[in-house]
Amino acid sequence: MKNSGFNPLIIEYYNRRFKFAVIIIAVIFSLLFLRLWYLQILKGQLYRLRSEKNRIRLNEIPPIRGKIFDREGVLLVDNSPSYDLYVIPEEIRYPEEIFKVLNRFVSFDLKETLNRYKNNHSPSFIPFLIKKGITRVELALIESHRFSLAGVMIKVRPVRRYRYGSLASHLLGYLGKVTKSELNAEGLNLSPDDMIGRAGIEARYNKILMGIKGGEQVEVDAMGRRIKVLNRVPPTSGYDVLLTIDKRLQQIVEDCLLGKKGAIVAMNPRDGEILAMASSPDYNPNIFIQGMDRNKWKSLVSKKGAFLQNRAISGQYPPGSVFKIVTAISALEEGIIDTDEEIFCSGKYRVGDTVFRCWKRYGHGHISFYKAMAESCDIYFYKLGQRLGIEKIARWAKELGLGKKTGIPLRGEKPGLVPTSKWKLKTFGIPWQIGDTLAVSIGQGYLLVTPIQMAVMISSIFNGGYIYQPRLIKEIRPYDKKFEKIFEQRRRKIKVKAKTLWVVKRSLIQAVEDKNGTGRRAHVEGIRVAGKTGTAQLISTKDRRSKDKDISNEVRDHAWFVAVAPADNPKIALSIIIEHGGHGGSAAAPIAAKIISGYLRREKGNV
Amino acid sequence: MFDRRLLQNFDWFFLLLILMIVGLGLINLYSATFPLGEGGQRIFYRQIYWFCIGIGVFLITTTFDYHYLERFAYHIYIFSLGLLIFVLLKGKVYSGSQRWISIFCFNFQPSELAKLGSVIMLAKYLSQNHRYPYCGLREVWKAFLIVALPAFLIVQQPDLGTGLLILLLGISIIFFLGMDLKATVVLVGSFLISSPIIWAFLRDYQKRRIISFLFPESDPLGSGYHIIQSKIAIGAGMFLGKGFLKGTQTRLHFLPEQHTDFAFSVFAEEWGFVGSILLISLYLILILWAIRIAKNSKESFGTLLALGIISIIFWQTAINIAMTTGILPVVGIPLSLFSYGGSAMVTIMAGLGLIMNINMRRYMFQE
Repeated sequence: MKNSGFNPLIIEYYNRRFKFAVIIIAVIFSLLFLRLWYLQILKGQLYRLRSEKNRIRLNEIPPIRGKIFDREGVLLVDNSPSYDLYVIPEEIRYPEEIFKVLNRFVSFDLKETLNRYKNNHSPSFIPFLIKKGITRVELALIESHRFSLAGVMIKVRPVRRYRYGSLASHLLGYLGKVTKSELNAEGLNLSPDDMIGRAGIEARYNKILMGIKGGEQVEVDAMGRRIKVLNRVPPTSGYDVLLTIDKRLQQIVEDCLLGKKGAIVAMNPRDGEILAMASSPDYNPNIFIQGMDRNKWKSLVSKKGAFLQNRAISGQYPPGSVFKIVTAISALEEGIIDTDEEIFCSGKYRVGDTVFRCWKRYGHGHISFYKAMAESCDIYFYKLGQRLGIEKIARWAKELGLGKKTGIPLRGEKPGLVPTSKWKLKTFGIPWQIGDTLAVSIGQGYLLVTPIQMAVMISSIFNGGYIYQPRLIKEIRPYDKKFEKIFEQRRRKIKVKAKTLWVVKRSLIQAVEDKNGTGRRAHVEGIRVAGKTGTAQLISTKDRRSKDKDISNEVRDHAWFVAVAPADNPKIALSIIIEHGGHGGSAAAPIAAKIISGYLRREKGNV
Repeated sequence: MFDRRLLQNFDWFFLLLILMIVGLGLINLYSATFPLGEGGQRIFYRQIYWFCIGIGVFLITTTFDYHYLERFAYHIYIFSLGLLIFVLLKGKVYSGSQRWISIFCFNFQPSELAKLGSVIMLAKYLSQNHRYPYCGLREVWKAFLIVALPAFLIVQQPDLGTGLLILLLGISIIFFLGMDLKATVVLVGSFLISSPIIWAFLRDYQKRRIISFLFPESDPLGSGYHIIQSKIAIGAGMFLGKGFLKGTQTRLHFLPEQHTDFAFSVFAEEWGFVGSILLISLYLILILWAIRIAKNSKESFGTLLALGIISIIFWQTAINIAMTTGILPVVGIPLSLFSYGGSAMVTIMAGLGLIMNINMRRYMFQE
């Protein structure tokens, strides 16, 4: 029903409602008038005074970042005070003179700082930074001349301290200033000067380490001195973290990598706890604390190379002969080989037009499973690979955790690569060749693995067939409270027969204990070590023979060694890669011996 | 068909009132953005530019017969809802909320268009279905649905202030028409029941604001601090104010959002009681003048349309000033015509243009 034609009754009704509306509007506006009268006239004097003395400021109170300990409770990372020197522009009349006086006590670039001061457009009550992190001696000098230095201010700020410098640097990570995009991210409540974790544990567990900010409303006087705190919300300190790392083992491991490029992972094969993890070259996280500038950065990079990369989780290498463990498991599980069957190795194997060679030039002769594993015969595994085909090998490689991330709680882990014929066609547009299968069956070709994957894989053979998600955190504790375990153990059983594991285990023991075993240099007196060498070729054997001796360091092979000890009661699994180290047996196996004896001897001593 | 009476009925006083408020707003914006330096200047010029567009929109909205809006009410309403959904999916995020759509490199807030869309839809529905004298349950329920849909979408952005404002608009119109007893009981009852559900839908920071309003001590670092600083600024203006560009609260960055939500505090500090009373009086006169226009319209679509627009301006003004003077919690509602903001300026100018339009065509039905 349309109301366009108004009848007098409706008009009268509307008029009454309009009166009602006007009254409501009038009442609300009178309320606003009254409120303004109250604020501006009645209390005006008071508020005017408060605005003239308005020094109510909001200060943030940063929380204390959680400490990091090793598994035995050895303190690795804590916080120490840094003294930062400021001046308050509105309180200094002759900046040049003050700066000159300060320059006598504290070393800083006078000209540059004065320039920066003149171009500073912040409001004059905001403190101007002269130098971060002055020394205690400089601090004492300033404190003793306090009276002649009006307007000079020292701010104390807790900064991160990595007590052992570069020890476990890739694992612990470092802190850096927040970026603009992080500032706007919801939920983090960050301000421009805050530091957050940039790598390693510091980044991955930033949230629990950081704690929650507090703040206060402070009344300050005209000189900027605090008069009283009007309101305060205390900060909540970050959680302390107890790592699974053993500091002493970590030290041994890092000593082994000194001057080399590579990575070592040590893991407890029975629960997936990482005991040590090192990557070389490394760095000292403390250098990031007072800020990093372009020049400093450049000189570091040119000196050390890509030192920030954690090779243990993000370095992807061909596994070389270490992969023969996977080929062996596939062959045994698929039932295409018997441990007694002998295969003849003449040093050469012709498939189509291509000749594949064994590392031992004139061959191993007739060879059976155990000997083939111990002496790492290439021809034997070529033939197994040929019988298996790539799809079966790839399936077992994936079952053993290759080709995907292990899920270690660190950023930047790489998945590696397990090639299949489908993958090759998709990536290169070329069909899979039999030669590709042979290359993969001895760990060459397109295969890529990370050191952490190798540690998880070798552990599974000695722990009854479990693929563990590696763990780095043992316990965490809220400030002032007890440590508590909160991280559950994640593992997956691989579908493999116990007999297969037993056979492979025995063959890996022989690889170390036989006098002809490729891993014999990993032998430790009194401890039964099992292991497998690997040599990841960067150029083919043929090319090498033609050039022979002048192999430059750039193309020398990567040396691998994976090991578990003691073999019957496994306590430590190792995965070692030395980039351009040459042969796994000569470059990596001795390192394993050193680490194992260092770790297990000590443990015996403790008992 | 051009009618000379259309021009005769162009209300110059109404336009003058608008220009005066916008003029004061620009003077104040200059002062509020002065401490921001060059960036502040850009904000100032951008507002002038938006006002020019606003004047253009104002004039355009007076040219056509507003009854076309009745015909296209559904289209406008559905379109504005569509934009609100679009902005939730694809909008620009700025300081934690998703409110903007970019068109031809300028940003636009669909929630502003939704205000007008809801008013038009509401005016159409109620003018056609409302039976004299009181609204029954059915009309109240449907009218509520018309405003609740856009309000819900806007609260998701999250923009609590604008969402509540649209609800308030619906409630105002219903109250103006009056309800029968049954509708009143059901409305009050369902409000009591639904408030805990609405509470559950609010974002954390919105809950915190409401809590900090009810218990100011609980948030001394957030809105509690803003209200203290705003009250100091307004009170310190005293009778005559500190003078143009002389407000220390503004200069020294004590005020939050000083060119948008807290623009009134800047004005009250620099122009004192005299200035703030003058400004509020201008709003009061503008609103009463518009009510007279609504009353003089001889058919209910025009009356309700004008009333809806008035209620938006009225509530924005009242809530913003109540918020800056510490009577209400800090909800992000700017002062119409006065605070910085392009979409809001254009929308309000379009709304005022419609009121002018209704005034110009008030005799057309008697012929």
